[in-house]
Amino acid sequence: MSIVVEHLSHIYLEGTPMAKVALRDVNLIIEDGEFVGLIGHTGSGKSTLVQHLNGLLMPTSGKVYVDGVDLTDKHTSLRAIRQKVGMVFQYPEHQLFGETVYEDVAFGPRNAGLGEQEVEARVKEALGMVGLDYDALKDHSPFELSGGQKRRVAIAGVLAMRPAVLILDEPTAGLDPEGSADILGKIQALHRAGRVTVIMITHSMEDVARMATRLIVMEHGGVVFDGPPREVFAQVDRLKEMGLGVPQVTELMHELHSRGLPVQTNILTLDEAEAELVRALELRRNGTV
Amino acid sequence: MALFKSITIGQYIPGNSTIHRLDPRTKIIGTVLLIVLLFMVDTFWGYALAALAIAAIVHLSEIPPRLVLRGLRPLFVILLLTVSLHLFMTEGDPIFRFWIVEVTWQGLSRGIMMGVRLALLVMGTSLLTLTTSPINLTDGIEGLLKPGKRIGIPAHELAMMMTIALRFIPTLLEEAEKIMKAQMARGADFQGGGLLQRAKSLIPLLVPLFVNAFRRADELAIAMEARGYRGGEGRTKFKELHFGRRDAIALALAFGFVAVVGLLF
Amino acid sequence: MAEPLIRFEGVHFKYNPGTEREWAALQDISLDIYPGEFVAVLGHNGSGKSTLAKHCNGLLVPSSGRVLVAGLDTKDDAEIWQIRQTVGMVFQNPDNQLVATTVEEDVAFGPENLGIPSKEIQARVDEALRAVGMEAYRLHSPHQLSGGQKQRVAIAGMISMRPRCIVLDEPTAMLDPEGRREVMSTIHRLNKTEKITIVHITHHMDEVINADRVVIMVDGKIALHGTPKEVFSQVDLLRRLHLDVPQVTALSYRLRSRGHGLPEGIITVNEMVNCLCP
Repeated sequence: MSIVVEHLSHIYLEGTPMAKVALRDVNLIIEDGEFVGLIGHTGSGKSTLVQHLNGLLMPTSGKVYVDGVDLTDKHTSLRAIRQKVGMVFQYPEHQLFGETVYEDVAFGPRNAGLGEQEVEARVKEALGMVGLDYDALKDHSPFELSGGQKRRVAIAGVLAMRPAVLILDEPTAGLDPEGSADILGKIQALHRAGRVTVIMITHSMEDVARMATRLIVMEHGGVVFDGPPREVFAQVDRLKEMGLGVPQVTELMHELHSRGLPVQTNILTLDEAEAELVRALELRRNGTV
Repeated sequence: MALFKSITIGQYIPGNSTIHRLDPRTKIIGTVLLIVLLFMVDTFWGYALAALAIAAIVHLSEIPPRLVLRGLRPLFVILLLTVSLHLFMTEGDPIFRFWIVEVTWQGLSRGIMMGVRLALLVMGTSLLTLTTSPINLTDGIEGLLKPGKRIGIPAHELAMMMTIALRFIPTLLEEAEKIMKAQMARGADFQGGGLLQRAKSLIPLLVPLFVNAFRRADELAIAMEARGYRGGEGRTKFKELHFGRRDAIALALAFGFVAVVGLLF
Repeated sequence: MAEPLIRFEGVHFKYNPGTEREWAALQDISLDIYPGEFVAVLGHNGSGKSTLAKHCNGLLVPSSGRVLVAGLDTKDDAEIWQIRQTVGMVFQNPDNQLVATTVEEDVAFGPENLGIPSKEIQARVDEALRAVGMEAYRLHSPHQLSGGQKQRVAIAGMISMRPRCIVLDEPTAMLDPEGRREVMSTIHRLNKTEKITIVHITHHMDEVINADRVVIMVDGKIALHGTPKEVFSQVDLLRRLHLDVPQVTALSYRLRSRGHGLPEGIITVNEMVNCLCP
């Protein structure tokens, strides 16, 4: 299932003195199985863009197709589209409302008109995917859980619709490192198992360097870079100029290179950096001995 | 986003006119006097003079008249209802009769007068919010209620509540919109269905909104305590109100006008 | 060294004491914070770091032990307002601590509570807004500001009370990287130029590397305490505590354990570059 975005522009409050261009002429094709990292400053248009992918916002001009279906067509059932393109908003735990964890997670499947048996299966599956114990938690009030658990329940509420595409807007915002690592691990596992295409908005360059297969960088409502992380992060200077930066190890390798240490600069992760530095340092040691 | 942003509550048009610069207490008292006047007068000339006074204030305030008139738009239905109720329900000399409906001369004049009274009331009070910033308005209310403290009117607390409400309205509207979108992303439908269905569909919006509002209230209370807040006792004001000569003149004029017009017409 | 500004003496704190949900959030905390210091407190959610913060100005008082602020016991009700004026506090959610409908009115809120005369409030508001670089926004309403700007206004709201110390309870947790940079540079500047003591609570490792001292909290206890360099030398221990270390710290640790002579406690890219390419 692919998502096609053609010449998408969006203007908030068009025709008023407060009008603001949020997106200008965005063109994208997102294919099945990708893990897209979407980065850019606050206000660069990331959140506006993803809200077009499930019809929460409609283009001012341009088209969005999900699985070949035109979202701007009046006859398109947006409800059906939203089952396919799941969306986890920022701080999703602030949208919990159910009396029990079960009721909350069941909201999506019930809206899809599924039978109670199927709903139960979906809830069980979704809670499992986020690493929560169904039997222990299903009858608990979601408001009594810890912050990290609430977030996982909220994400389960979207996964229970079995979306083919999962959009996450800063899924780790406000969590401590342990909680973040846990959530990201679950998302990566889902992606690896081939269950979802992932589009993740984040501010962490380290996270996307490790997880994403493709990186889209936005600025002032337009796409500036679009490619594999290794290619995008090669633009160290331009990214720094945009105030976005690169993973710390990537920056380190660039600095070392410019100081004359013969290292590769296309390094994204700690493991890669370790291997490359060991290689370079051993070469130097042997050379100088 | 456009959904809620189009609503402006107690809209204030910044300016530096004579009316803008009046002490908020003067403006509040003036508005109350206007309301009293509108309930006292009962003749064509009474209404005409009140309308003239409002027109004069609008002119002095340098606010475009169409903005003042726009305040009537949300009240159109109520206005229409008031006029037609009086039109059809007043007994007297018939103008014409249709089926069981009878329109009388007395009804016509009462209907028009009631409509005009309501319209003038709305325009007069909206002038207050158009020319007074919410902070000023709150300060004014607090200032006027202060003497009532001895008989147990919590002037400072009421003003504080108003300030906090004004501060958080935009935040809560934004939050409501976000929650709505999140639930729509899970297939919620806030439009379709009958009345009961629609009320039920609001639960996923209202529950989180309330839960979050309580959490905010909790955190705000702690933050206020950390900033040394302990009620109105011993508190000073950053911007003190100044009741000047201009205010005295304005109030004297208002009292005089209301007394003369109210008693004579 | 001078008298400590804030002194924790064997502090224990229990939430819901005597009930089923009793929970010991702080256990035997002893800690001195001296005037002019920048102390970072690091820990996971539930480690007790926020509870520790709320003890610094008497929002919470110890179940046993005591906290002294400039020599005043936080349990002493008569001194509580003096204590709150000495130690200001900034919280996590930038929205839920601004009270007024404009920036300047909000910054004036603290001084109003202290009963400062109107003229002097004006001067304090000007000074505080200048200190955080928000003079241009004085008439804006809070909801028109970015998260980082709101936090700076919250900090200004403290400065206008002229505190000797500001405790910031995860002020950057809800901010984007730009907002985090704004807040961090603001509090470092206040510490350097205004000599305001800073206690910065966070779970971001990269925000503690410029602190004078780092306190690491685990399960209500102080697990590690020292300069950033000392703390980040303990990579093994930090990892066991599930705390992140900066990538260069982890990298230099790995290289060291493979026989490449890098010193302990590398925490910035520059340090590492200077070590490898002297």
